[in-house]
Amino acid sequence: MAIFVNENTKVIVQGMTGSEGTKHTKRMLKAGTKIVGGVTPGKGGQTSDMDGVLIPIFNSVKEAINATGANASVVFVPPKFAKTAVLDAIEAEIPLVVVITEGIPVHDVAAFYAQAVTSGKTQILGPNCPGIISPGKTNLGIIPSDITGSGKIGLVSKSGTLTYQMMYELRDFGFTTAVGIGGDPIIGTTHIDCLRAFQDDPETKAIVMIGEIGGDAEERAAQFIKEYVTKPVVGYVAGFTAPEGKTMGHAGAIVSGSSGTAAAKKEALEAVGVAVGKTPSETANLMRKILNG
Amino acid sequence: MDLFEYQARDLFESHQIPVLAGAVASTPEEAEAAAKRIGGKVVVKAQVKIGGRGKAGGVKLAENAIDAKEKANAILGMDIKGHIVKKVMIAQAAPIDFEYYLAILLDRANRNFLVMASVAGGMEIEEVAHKTPDKLARVSIDPNNGIDKKRAIEIAKAGQFPSEVIDQVAEVLIKLWDAFVKEDATLMEINPLVKTSDGKIIALDGKVTLDDNSNFRHPEHEKLTDQTSTNPLELLAKEKDLNYVKLDGQVGIIGNGAGLVMSTLDVVAYAGEKYGVKPANFLDIGGGASAEVMANGLSIILGDTDVKSVFVNVFGGITACDAVANGIVQALQILGSKATKPIVVRLDGNNVELGRKILNDANHPLVQQLETMDGAAAKAAELAAK
Repeated sequence: MAIFVNENTKVIVQGMTGSEGTKHTKRMLKAGTKIVGGVTPGKGGQTSDMDGVLIPIFNSVKEAINATGANASVVFVPPKFAKTAVLDAIEAEIPLVVVITEGIPVHDVAAFYAQAVTSGKTQILGPNCPGIISPGKTNLGIIPSDITGSGKIGLVSKSGTLTYQMMYELRDFGFTTAVGIGGDPIIGTTHIDCLRAFQDDPETKAIVMIGEIGGDAEERAAQFIKEYVTKPVVGYVAGFTAPEGKTMGHAGAIVSGSSGTAAAKKEALEAVGVAVGKTPSETANLMRKILNG
Repeated sequence: MDLFEYQARDLFESHQIPVLAGAVASTPEEAEAAAKRIGGKVVVKAQVKIGGRGKAGGVKLAENAIDAKEKANAILGMDIKGHIVKKVMIAQAAPIDFEYYLAILLDRANRNFLVMASVAGGMEIEEVAHKTPDKLARVSIDPNNGIDKKRAIEIAKAGQFPSEVIDQVAEVLIKLWDAFVKEDATLMEINPLVKTSDGKIIALDGKVTLDDNSNFRHPEHEKLTDQTSTNPLELLAKEKDLNYVKLDGQVGIIGNGAGLVMSTLDVVAYAGEKYGVKPANFLDIGGGASAEVMANGLSIILGDTDVKSVFVNVFGGITACDAVANGIVQALQILGSKATKPIVVRLDGNNVELGRKILNDANHPLVQQLETMDGAAAKAAELAAK
């Protein structure tokens, strides 16, 4: 089994006709994702040729759902128009929206997240995230599909390339699902949401959680692990040596005071029995030990 | 982007939030002229983006314009916790009866916005929050509903403001929310919000952080960027659209993705412990980096005189390793004999075979490839120590 998505997930791509949207739609199709449509306002009725696969385009998410039965959307719409696109998806009550777009103003994210909560019908993953992959089943977003195959580890990570690195380190075991939740200050799906889903998924035997400096999401996740998660969890936190007060790329990766440091996060995780590695490869070895008994 | 106090004051004023007369000065003479314009007693305040300037002697009352010049002369050039004072703000002095606190900020945990209001403002607000949390009202704001008059009055009451100022404080809060939204801020803090002896409510000092992601709809925010205190290499990187932060070590770092680059800094720092070397910078060339981006990044790092060795750590997800390898080769061609530092490269992922082959074929004397991140970090640290 996989969390949030599976081989039957019917996917539409918002912003499919843009350059990023086109590039990744082709990659997703090659990975086996069931892409049933694209949404570009004003281009409804046309079709797009994705390396020989003809994909119909719709003006709105609602139209796309009515015509195709889509139940998930991947958003590649540029920052300027991303809020409108996500609100369109929420209004159409699509169950899952994966927002890949980087650089959306946080006021726009706050607005569409609040709307999703009010509607209660839509889960948002991201923004500024690499997406979600269940190897061999489906792939929504930009995670390379050929790093490793299906297996029994669940992975949740703030960072895209660290997700890839960890999948590569543990390629001999494979993954039920890997989720990149994104590093922005406001994100729709948290470490906790993923930990809960992995705990409830019978095929996931162990969980890798990757965090990074800034905020207190990892500390809250540690509290949740204590209360809810009985499966083994190993953790990694990036940014032990990052100087305080410097922004390192992700809006979320800002250290302020003692809370939010990698050391504080490591301590919180270890206090609830999570083994935390100093480097990605050490973390992978901790997981390897658990899985090899 | 964090603003200076004088920039926050100007921004508040443009949104009709009551402030006192104020002007910025970079020299004692400018300070004197500003004080003359404002008239009467003024306060000379160091402009630094760090707290504790009052205790460090960075805020002084001046009796008149001549005195303001002297006070400015004393404050300009001061070192406040590593921040050199390059500007002072000359602010009108006012008789203050009470100091309050009012702020709106992004609330990451609750994924919305938060208003904090307290009748007990001033320098000890953090202690108030810690020791007497009931004196600090914390109210969540739904981004789609905002703050109307009724809500603002409720918040002012929750912050225990006295009844005679409730209306005025509510008015300021409504305007502050309006400014917060229109300017795409993630923090707007007024501390202190004061009541003057003639009963007026005025924002005396402000902290503002603006969301850089919103720059596309705020071209006017560009002039708020502080060019003077930015490192020249950081400015150069910004021109090239690179995400670069200068650090104080010897191993230059390039990678793709903020998380992986941060992780690379850690691995290099651990490996460097026995050699006494550290990472020299953070440089993220991003998700879909081209050869050109790689070449730009490498040029900046090789231009840093502190750098003794370079570690290029790329996991090709969207970025293809052959593009990265081509970028390295191109950069070395452009730099020619100016490139003198050893470069350790670790490539994995998308098109890795081709990437490694390109570097092997180029056979550049400065470049060596290693297969693992830990192994490459150790090599780069060792080379930096030589």
